[in-house]
Amino acid sequence: MKNVVIVDYGMGNLLSVQRAFEHCGARVRITSSPAQIEKAEFLVLPGVGAFADGMRELEGRGLVKPIRAFAKTGRPFLGICLGMQMMLETSEEFGIYEGLALIPGKVVMIPKSGPDGTSHKIPHIGWNSLLPLHENGDWDNTILHGISPGETVYFVHSFSAAPVHPRNDLADCSYNGLRLCAAIQSGNAYGCQFHPEKSSSAGLRIIRNFLEIQSLKE
Amino acid sequence: MEAEIPHLGGGREIDGKSMHNVRLIARLDVKGPNLVKGIQLEGLRKMGNPNKFAKKYYDEGIDEIIYMDIVASLYERDNIKEIVRRTSEDIFIPVTVGGGIRSVEDAREILRAGADKVAINTAAIKNPQLISDVSKRFGSQCMVLSIEAKRKGEGQWEAYYDYGREKTGIDVVQWAQKGYELGAGEILLTSIDMEGSAKGFDIELVRTISEMLPIPVIASGGMGSVDDLEQVVREGRADAVAMAHVLHYGMYSVGEVKEECLRRGIKVRV
Repeated sequence: MKNVVIVDYGMGNLLSVQRAFEHCGARVRITSSPAQIEKAEFLVLPGVGAFADGMRELEGRGLVKPIRAFAKTGRPFLGICLGMQMMLETSEEFGIYEGLALIPGKVVMIPKSGPDGTSHKIPHIGWNSLLPLHENGDWDNTILHGISPGETVYFVHSFSAAPVHPRNDLADCSYNGLRLCAAIQSGNAYGCQFHPEKSSSAGLRIIRNFLEIQSLKE
Repeated sequence: MEAEIPHLGGGREIDGKSMHNVRLIARLDVKGPNLVKGIQLEGLRKMGNPNKFAKKYYDEGIDEIIYMDIVASLYERDNIKEIVRRTSEDIFIPVTVGGGIRSVEDAREILRAGADKVAINTAAIKNPQLISDVSKRFGSQCMVLSIEAKRKGEGQWEAYYDYGREKTGIDVVQWAQKGYELGAGEILLTSIDMEGSAKGFDIELVRTISEMLPIPVIASGGMGSVDDLEQVVREGRADAVAMAHVLHYGMYSVGEVKEECLRRGIKVRV
């Protein structure tokens, strides 16, 4: 059985994430203990809310260093929503804030209008398609293994990740003609802007892939 | 595999506006341990175990679930929490819970039971600050402002609460604007006039609020057919559609609603 540690830092509903991982056969521990985070087998950083609040809560609990240390080990890491955004270096959300810096890039506000000047609702809430970056965009052996381009997952966000290197951008979605980053990757560190735990069978598939990431790569 | 960046989310234009996947939401009004269906927010009929209905709709492909605890007296709060807790065990889509949430602590308990969002009406009318408090504490994506609107005249609606029983004298258009400014992330907009009628949505109501606010509006109350859904999406510009009657009485399966939407060029998750 896979042992998953979910970081509890006071930002949002961990229960849904826990239930989804348990449904996929994992044993889940929810903790804010730096020691348990550092020695985790699989680490999940969920969270909803503002970037600055999230980082402040992590720092206040002394969790920034343990999370960075965990990521350096190369063991599987998954950031979800705010947890994914905090994997980047900085955010422009109500000021400039520093993130966990696991992946080069920043978090920016979703533009208020599309390329053709039409406005859209913010937050971007709802089911949207996952799109590969390249025509032959390869999701094999990643958490998106077996997911077909165009498959839909559930998003709720007002800010969007902008990784510096295209190689860290695993998938995008398109919102009113704007291309928004949907998933990021660096080695075994993954981030999903969408909520896999709320994305029905596609989301559960992604969680199972994450739990099987080592054997997928073999 | 799509190579080029799909413009406008791969969707089509509606009245010059781009179209995204319209969210289809099953609304389950709950009284005690039972799913109930009301007629114009009065006269209730017991339908059975809400968890069974929710699971069926989930398996059929519904996008979200809304539970509305229509009694929500202090003594019966445990029922809804138990329903939500069971839901979170085998349903992996967003779940909103409304009814009887009077404080940040109430919201926390419902979220802890497994809900993703809370819908608040009565307590927000009595204390609008609650909208800000919930939004700041759990994020605006959690804070759904539930508005029960009764038509007063052309372009005018009054906000009600307690399942359409109590009037407030508050103008719905102003209230929706204020709710947005206080931090509501979505509006659940129920027409008291159309609720339970199966005669279609109050299109003018939905369009007025949806065009005014930059946050999503869920149209609720009145769906009797996919014609009604099409109208409230195309003309009312609803971002999401809540349906009850048509699903609970088995007039359509969720799959049939989706097929019919796609046939009419309305984008939905497949």
